[in-house]
Amino acid sequence: MARQDNAIDVRNAVKRYGSFTALKEVSLSIKDNEFFTLLGPSGCGKTTLLRMIAGFEDVSHGSIHLYGQEIENLPPNQRPVNTVFQSYALFPHLNVLDNVAFGVEMKGASQSEARSKARQMLELVQLSDFSARKPSQLSGGQQQRVALARALAPQPKVLLLDEPLSALDLKLRKAMQLELKHLQRETGITFIFVTHDQEEALTMSDRIAVMSAGELQQLGTPREIYESPRNVFVADFIGETNLLTVVVKEIRDGNAICQLDGGHELHCNEVAGIGVGSSVHLSLRPERVFISDKPRESKSLQGKVSENIFIGTDITTIVNLTDGPTFTVRTSNSDRGSKGIFEPGSDVYVNMEPGAARLLID
Amino acid sequence: MADVSARLDVRTYTGFRAITLLCLCILYAPLLVVTIYSFNSSNSIAAWEGFSLRWYVDVFTGPESAKFKLAAWNSFVIAIVAASVSTAIATLAATGMIRAGKFRLRMLSAGLISLPLMVPEIVTAVATLIFFNAIGFDRGLMTIVLAHIAFCIPFAYLPIAARMQGIDDSFEQAALDLYATRRQAFTRILLPLMAPGIISGFLLAFIVSLDDFIITNFVKGAGVETLPTAIFGAVKQGIKPNIMAISTLLLSVSVVMVTISYFVSKTDKTN
Repeated sequence: MARQDNAIDVRNAVKRYGSFTALKEVSLSIKDNEFFTLLGPSGCGKTTLLRMIAGFEDVSHGSIHLYGQEIENLPPNQRPVNTVFQSYALFPHLNVLDNVAFGVEMKGASQSEARSKARQMLELVQLSDFSARKPSQLSGGQQQRVALARALAPQPKVLLLDEPLSALDLKLRKAMQLELKHLQRETGITFIFVTHDQEEALTMSDRIAVMSAGELQQLGTPREIYESPRNVFVADFIGETNLLTVVVKEIRDGNAICQLDGGHELHCNEVAGIGVGSSVHLSLRPERVFISDKPRESKSLQGKVSENIFIGTDITTIVNLTDGPTFTVRTSNSDRGSKGIFEPGSDVYVNMEPGAARLLID
Repeated sequence: MADVSARLDVRTYTGFRAITLLCLCILYAPLLVVTIYSFNSSNSIAAWEGFSLRWYVDVFTGPESAKFKLAAWNSFVIAIVAASVSTAIATLAATGMIRAGKFRLRMLSAGLISLPLMVPEIVTAVATLIFFNAIGFDRGLMTIVLAHIAFCIPFAYLPIAARMQGIDDSFEQAALDLYATRRQAFTRILLPLMAPGIISGFLLAFIVSLDDFIITNFVKGAGVETLPTAIFGAVKQGIKPNIMAISTLLLSVSVVMVTISYFVSKTDKTN
């Protein structure tokens, strides 16, 4: 049942366009005052879901509740949610102040009330000096902030953001990520953010829903998603990882012993649903393994360095396991003294902390 | 680089200047002659005797002035009514065609709206006349107005539709998202954004109605004259210099309209 204290409850939401199903039975709950991100590649259904919450797409099947109230049949202008559009959609014929005041006035406030509210919002996004300008006279970053102020001004219960940072350059995007996070804390409004940029999602979100092919793949905190991906898609989509094919040989005391090609053995935590004998994938983050010239313990994997790649903060080392798969190892540049860098051709051992490797459901 | 682009410039082609001058001559020489001779003090339309405004005075006070004034008034009223009504219909048509999403027969509808532009005017004129006769509609000022509304619609539609096509859906969605009703979204957001297209459409329809001759001549009732039919009637009895003065006045109206239309579309770009 929909709970009063959840900002949004999506129940078995389906969206069909003719014979194409954009969203397949998605259910998720977004908590009050949460920075929630819908993350996935283009075409995964994240924007469709956002537009269904906003009211621009109707729901083929299922329901959407907002603080306990069923909203999927309400028109967009009767839903207490506002959207920051990807294109910003600032009204070109109105100045910045009237753009921001628009929603407040449409909600029933007088023009002077709406304008004074708009002035407050422009102060919040530090654009007070620009209120008389037309949107076309602003930079991309300024337009973005006006769009944000306009959507926040009517004090929505939930703010929807449809890839709002995608048109900005990298530096500005980073700055806006922090600003958005601060705004969310200051206003206490629930934010639902759509993006295809996993780094952006990890930086800003309280929780992330990873979507692919119209389905919810995993829902969790950034840490859970990154460190304990549930399946191959999530492990591969979020961050960089070594995806290895393994056969589970033995399960003992919650520990799964997996065999790689070439007879190498690897220990990791047991995962419900994966039994002895199954051939599955395993994810191992490059920064959670390290290399040494002597075996640390019986679990070390033997191999040969094939290449070192300098990538600024880190060095990526490619190791070919003896008769086995290729491994990517990442060493932070600040650690290279203690951990050591091995020249291509060196014989090395690959080691990892317990629990670093994670079995995945396909 | 500069040399290559200079060589590719169309202005460097052989005969560019000559062809340009020839085209300009064909287009504007007749208008220029009429304009200049409208200021002739002579009774003859061919011999120049000196500058004078007598034919303009003649237009407003001469023996034929009452006839022309009434015709001009008729033309003006018809053009205003026809342009207003056809612009309103064209705006609704464009809203339906471009804002209602995909619907069956959409291509056909778009074709049907603009087809009258391609139909020879004489066919439209004959058909309209037969139609009015068939339904027993007495010919007079009203038949002209109705016929003008009908054939002005595609002219008004084209600039309005072109403008609307350039307006992203997200503006209306943003308005609805910000608690505007559909009506408010239309009047407060869509209509102002469409205004340049609507003004262009209105001006085009106005001009087309103002100078229409063929259809008007077919559907007008006996004794009802518009400026073009009155000019035609006068010319049949021999061209007098006052015709040139009237033509020049009409030309000025067109120039003013086109200029307004140009500046309207120019302010549009600063949006």
